[in-house]
Amino acid sequence: MSQSSPRVLVVVQHDGTHCSPSTLSTFSAAQQLATLCAKCPIDALLVGYQCQPVCEELQQLGIINQVNLVDDEWYVHPLSERIAPVVAEVSQRYSHVLSSATTFGKDLMPRVAALLDVGQLSDITAIESADTIIRPIYAGNAYARVQSSDPIKVMTVRESAFDNIQPTEGSTTVTRLQRVNSPISTEFVGQIMTESARPDLTSAKVVVSGGRGLGSKENFTLVETLADKLGGAIGASRAAVDAGFVPNDLQVGQTGKVVAPDLYIAVGISGAIQHIAGMKESKVIVAINNDPDAPIFEVADYGLVGDLFTIVPELIENL
Amino acid sequence: MKILVPIKRVIDPYIKVRVKADHSDVETNNVKMTINPFCEIAVEEAVRLKEQGIADEVIVVSAGGSQCQEQLRTALALGADRAIHVDTEDKIEPLVVAKLLKALVEQEQAQLVITGKQSIDTDNNQVAQMLAALLDWPQATFASDVKIEDQKVQVVREVDGGLLTVAMNLPAVISTDLRLNEPRFASLPNIMKAKRKPLDTITPDSLGVEVVFSQTIQEVTPPAQRKGGIKVESVSELLDKLRNEAKVIS
Repeated sequence: MSQSSPRVLVVVQHDGTHCSPSTLSTFSAAQQLATLCAKCPIDALLVGYQCQPVCEELQQLGIINQVNLVDDEWYVHPLSERIAPVVAEVSQRYSHVLSSATTFGKDLMPRVAALLDVGQLSDITAIESADTIIRPIYAGNAYARVQSSDPIKVMTVRESAFDNIQPTEGSTTVTRLQRVNSPISTEFVGQIMTESARPDLTSAKVVVSGGRGLGSKENFTLVETLADKLGGAIGASRAAVDAGFVPNDLQVGQTGKVVAPDLYIAVGISGAIQHIAGMKESKVIVAINNDPDAPIFEVADYGLVGDLFTIVPELIENL
Repeated sequence: MKILVPIKRVIDPYIKVRVKADHSDVETNNVKMTINPFCEIAVEEAVRLKEQGIADEVIVVSAGGSQCQEQLRTALALGADRAIHVDTEDKIEPLVVAKLLKALVEQEQAQLVITGKQSIDTDNNQVAQMLAALLDWPQATFASDVKIEDQKVQVVREVDGGLLTVAMNLPAVISTDLRLNEPRFASLPNIMKAKRKPLDTITPDSLGVEVVFSQTIQEVTPPAQRKGGIKVESVSELLDKLRNEAKVIS
């Protein structure tokens, strides 16, 4: 099991070329944790195939003591059945194992925790001490302070709750490890990614989201044009996704993405609890809706009651 | 093929939860309870697989106090064949749930487990993955499409950035996303019929699982309230506020 002195491991999410922005937030959480553990070392675990560029990127951060690198064709696709055994093996040398609360980390880390016979702390938003964290429950309608007595603390970190790290001067060693085979034969069949030139939804400074009020897929271009004018990302409510206006990975809310931009503009969104849970940490919220009683106005800093089909074009015109 | 579907009793998702004055938990007394919506989707998917002739039997299981039998009866009314209630305290942790389920999978010789991707109370999103690890089975989490043919399962998964498709051999664990299906309503005759379907109560002991707790909830607090905003009259006023007051656009 874990050694007595604390050591923090971050399991890196990447695309073979870059580590994900969510991983940088996870390193920020790891830095906080390390500070609370008498400046204990932070290591990284990088599992992939031909992921040397990611390894170099990690070394440049300066905060990582050691990168544990497992580079093997076996890991060409991020399948948790393959990755979890090697993460679990490496994790035994650590007191804390962190990854991002993205679909990557959510899929992988509970599998790792079970292999280690420990619990998991999901989607944490703050760290109070080496064994105590804060996490949202009930779709962010309450926050729980949770203490864990597990010998290895496995956690996933909510990206929007931690800033990106500031790179520092420091030297990082790289240790190459062997792959760990698993008899499970899950096959990768394919993936369809949503193409977008806009900033990533979870890390954008400005997000413009559309809801059912837009009425059609064609009308969603209003949201896109406004987002482009502001250099922002586009998001959507579940109603807009279910109506087929946009793909589901743009959904903001409890069951979709959680965002915390500087400016969030909700267009034609009524503001169901599930949606509010995904955006209420935004610095400034603007709501544009024709229903003055829509719940979205209760969380909006600036509300504009009226027809979005006249308001949004006017906004675009004046920006 | 037998399908095991774990379900959880939770506060109705359309109810605004209130934190108790002593900050020990949220208020659950006299609050409407329901099947976790993701679990309902799991039940629906299993029942559809039975209707397609792929599954022979759908077994629903819930761990918790005796009140979760209500939700098991609802699942039986939706088309599950029989129910197992594992009598425990209400707040057992995901790893213990996974261990109970592992024992049940082995006892029942189930070939497929379909769970919800997360419960809307604790929002953990862990049980399916932990169960798959304990059984050493493949997992397909956040499923939005499931196809089963000749002991092979093809699942479309909702991941950040799009959709990812995997193929697994049975036995396997699947967790459901919201878009997998639209659950049916239970008809009155089916609700009546469900009362006669078997519902067994067992203990964790009988499954050889020890209920342990490794996490302590020290305090539950309401989220920081956003201060009430203002309504502006025009687009120009809005832009002026965003530029000069909030300073979020240039």
